Amino acid sequence: MSAATATAANLFDCRDSFSRTLESLAEADPRIVTVVSDSVGSSKLVNFRKRWPERMVNVGIAEQTVVAVGAGLANGGKVPFVSAASCFLTARALEQIKADIAYTNVNVKLIGQSSGIAYGELGPTHHSIEDLAWLRLLNNLTLIVPSDPWETEQAIRAAAAIDGPVFVRVSRMPVPAIERKVQKFEVGKAELLRDGDDLAIIANGVMVHRALAAAAALAADGIEARVVNMSTVNPLDEAAIIAAAETGAILTVEEHSVRGGLGGAVAEVITEHNPVAMHRMGFPGFLPTGSVEWLLEHYGLTPTGIAGAARTLIARKR
Amino acid sequence: MSSLASAPLRNDPLETIRAKALWIRRRSFQMVYEAQLGHPGGDFSAADILATLYWGVLRFDPSQPNDPGRDRFVMSKGHCTGAFYSALAGAGYFPEELLSTYMQPLSKLNGHPNRNYLPGVETNTGPLGHGLPVSIGIAIAGQMDSAPFRTFVLTGDGELQEGSNWEAALNAGHRKLENLTLIIDRNRLQQGAGTEETASLDPLDDKWRAFGWHVEMVDGHDHQALYDVLSASPAGRGKPLCVIANTIKGKGVSFMHDNVSWHHGVPNKDQFEQAMRELV
Repeated sequence: MSAATATAANLFDCRDSFSRTLESLAEADPRIVTVVSDSVGSSKLVNFRKRWPERMVNVGIAEQTVVAVGAGLANGGKVPFVSAASCFLTARALEQIKADIAYTNVNVKLIGQSSGIAYGELGPTHHSIEDLAWLRLLNNLTLIVPSDPWETEQAIRAAAAIDGPVFVRVSRMPVPAIERKVQKFEVGKAELLRDGDDLAIIANGVMVHRALAAAAALAADGIEARVVNMSTVNPLDEAAIIAAAETGAILTVEEHSVRGGLGGAVAEVITEHNPVAMHRMGFPGFLPTGSVEWLLEHYGLTPTGIAGAARTLIARKR
Repeated sequence: MSSLASAPLRNDPLETIRAKALWIRRRSFQMVYEAQLGHPGGDFSAADILATLYWGVLRFDPSQPNDPGRDRFVMSKGHCTGAFYSALAGAGYFPEELLSTYMQPLSKLNGHPNRNYLPGVETNTGPLGHGLPVSIGIAIAGQMDSAPFRTFVLTGDGELQEGSNWEAALNAGHRKLENLTLIIDRNRLQQGAGTEETASLDPLDDKWRAFGWHVEMVDGHDHQALYDVLSASPAGRGKPLCVIANTIKGKGVSFMHDNVSWHHGVPNKDQFEQAMRELV
């Protein structure tokens, strides 16, 4: 278990896991530097700055520069972790991510902080429910969406070990630590968290624990749901998706737009290999005003809502 | 530390620079003629700058393109690959024969440079306003390590209409990146019209000074002036250097001279032959 800070009721903020893991890596590897766009506190990097002020580059509120400077630092032999709010990092600087990072294929780590709808009432400008859709198209860029503090630590360690560009989507939405029989993280490999043959629920990020709770509720009714944690979105574990299609029904659950993200990726695979009944849970697009909890409830992204969608989907199985 | 940084400069590189600038113009125009694609006007405005850099200023070993101690050159005006690829081939990064594949199917010589295809390319450019911000990152890495390498970046002038340059300019000034040199190919023409009638840049020198840069204005076709300003040691300047190189688009060929239609115009046989007669 990582040393993440526990919030209410044993919930954790994965940003703590990110920053503590990064500090641990930075102790051992002097090439590691951080690059921020006035995003020190929101990235939980205050302690990093205190320990290594000379290893933090704060470019100010300038996302194009934060990404490009990361690319330049990599050219100069550094291993930069560029950390900023995912909504601005990925949208404002998309061309820099495409050309300077992915197409040039440089050793830069992009940390999309406070992704998804974590900014709740601040609205669609601050939500980042499109990031996976527009990053998923870029060659060379590994995309990881960790589900809890332990997986966040694994993702950050894996990102540092990869000699190439990586994007890690880190949420500030409190999540519980997921109980795992086997703790094994591998980039590009889906994690089977619960086996079952009635349908497969494929989720990632902060939706994984909700999917597990939904599966437990379904089991009480005699429905055995497989739960697959698809934390790596690129490269995609197509074999796990094709295997999931053998259940005859796939439900995807993500804290992202239903267009172009995990659900879109899964749909692309099963359409070509084994079209089965499928439903995508997530957000339809720009969202109305509401708190995080209200928005999740409103769009059915709760254990009850996911279980309900699963029952409806099973009824559509051929 | 690499041996590159301590390599002595040639005593009088100006003869070589002159010859190579002419060669870049002739070779790049042949590439554009054969491909019937390219940006020859900007190739010609930048030819003297590139020749001065590669044959007078930059410290590099083409057999070790990733040597940590190399001077970096970033071609931000990535559309002017005729001149850039000619310079790289002439400098020994790859065989000159490769230039005849320019923009052909599966060629390593894409219309815009790709680091993964060719040695000597530091970062992939093409979209404008990318080279300076990346160069600042390189210069910061050098500053962190107190490394002696220098970083040079060449932008167009129309390119400065991209806001990313000004975010970056603010940072370079703030960080006093004296190891960074920006060269602006100030030919005063962008693809469809003059810069000043499109979105005016003047007074350009004042803008860079206001962002904390040291500014030098030179004739961008005067090899001696370019050599003097680019080869001077940056130590102690305490500011990044902006060299505004006043140039002429299409410089060297009479019918292309300061003519906006040669931004991405390509020559027919008669035009090509006339240009070759003039470029001697």
